[in-house]
Amino acid sequence: MTDQAYNFAYLDEQTKRMIRRAILKGIAVPGYQVPFASREMPMPYGWGTGGVQVTAACLTPEDVLKVIDQGADDTTNAVSIRAFFARTAGVATTEATAQASVIQTRHRIPEAPLTEGQILVYQVPIPEPLRFLEPRESETRRMHALEDYGLMHVKLYEDIARHGEIATAYAYPVKVEGRYVMDPSPIPKFDNPKLGGMAAIQLFGAGREQRIYALPPYTRVVSLDFEDHPFVASKADHACDLCGSEVSYLDEVITDDRGSRMFCCSDTDYCAGRRDAGHRGRLSPEEVA
Amino acid sequence: MSQDHVLTGGFAAPPQEAARAFRAALEAMARPGRVQMLRGAEPPEPLSVAAGTLLLTLCDTTTPVHLAPSHDTAAVRGWIAFHCGAPVVPAEEAAFAVGRWDALQPVTRFAIGTADYPDRSATLIVETEGMAPPNATLTGPGIELSHPARLPEIAAFQANRAGFPLGFDCYLCVGPEVIGLPRSTIVEAL
Repeated sequence: MTDQAYNFAYLDEQTKRMIRRAILKGIAVPGYQVPFASREMPMPYGWGTGGVQVTAACLTPEDVLKVIDQGADDTTNAVSIRAFFARTAGVATTEATAQASVIQTRHRIPEAPLTEGQILVYQVPIPEPLRFLEPRESETRRMHALEDYGLMHVKLYEDIARHGEIATAYAYPVKVEGRYVMDPSPIPKFDNPKLGGMAAIQLFGAGREQRIYALPPYTRVVSLDFEDHPFVASKADHACDLCGSEVSYLDEVITDDRGSRMFCCSDTDYCAGRRDAGHRGRLSPEEVA
Repeated sequence: MSQDHVLTGGFAAPPQEAARAFRAALEAMARPGRVQMLRGAEPPEPLSVAAGTLLLTLCDTTTPVHLAPSHDTAAVRGWIAFHCGAPVVPAEEAAFAVGRWDALQPVTRFAIGTADYPDRSATLIVETEGMAPPNATLTGPGIELSHPARLPEIAAFQANRAGFPLGFDCYLCVGPEVIGLPRSTIVEAL
């Protein structure tokens, strides 16, 4: 039931127009961070205010919304954002990736391949990939204008010099269409190969930092690397203890105070779907009828 | 001119209709060349339904609009003033421009953004004759392999792409149909 005290999808129309214009310019210049006048939302910064504003600007009454937090549909952040839009936009919600038309995500890309007609909205804490290398916004803006990305390669090189490999495991920088270096939000680098060539539209919203950027479908996205140290999409070297999947991204869960641990899919919908299909892992033996 | 034409023709349910129109506009810009349907507005002639719906969806008091001679009529000015409140300005200052392709010439007048802020560029809403037969092949972001399209001109869009990431972005409208043509699209004559 839509809460009639709010406009459709919470934001007022002028705000939505402003966000929509920013999204369209982001689509036209893939990977470029478009400044926008981020609003205060009824949740703290860091809980997805940017993603929520992008989602609000995109939602239609016919949409089916899915929200995930680190792959999970059932965590506080995901549950509350889903309830927020169920209340203010009256949209249907789902936990099934294939049934959703708009998916807001915090730090994961669903395991199931996304299709045309779907929109993936990322919550982004720090959109500027160069920020930890150069704190001044005026400088990083100029570096993007001049394609001056040498500093990023120096950072990756220092990783190799210190650790023997590129140790960056999440928020791994990518180059979009051979032009802009982009922060893919803190997704694990396991997810980086899915960024390029995706059939769905990918939108990135950073509320506190007031930036929106986008990847149109089938965009060329390349993870930065070196010829002798190529990019590797890594994951924990285990199978899921619940569904047995050996190809999904895994969370490590400490199960007691004696060092026992288990690994399970971070994508709860993917994992539940596999278990429903009869797949079993180490810790989920066949149920006794 | 009857005042009725000015006051009517807006969205009946603005939040919902604008949301649907934006999704079509987003799909159009994200998948260049693929035809989307834009409905909701009933603008005065010579504005097409798609162009009128785009104006209602994207323009307001903060977005200067340029009307090309083909569309600079009292009815259109009045309709935009009432429904969008957008100031009508010369081409160089416009965030949006509306008109037939020949009337928008020279398109080099429009804002293409700056190296620091390529988003500060104009969006051209171009009224065209039709979506067929195709005279160009489109490739680039948003297009898996290639896509045919009917464009009013080839050279201007090639020149626009050459300046990437600077450049203007276009919507091409016929009736309720629209295709997007962002600056990122590579255009080749068919």
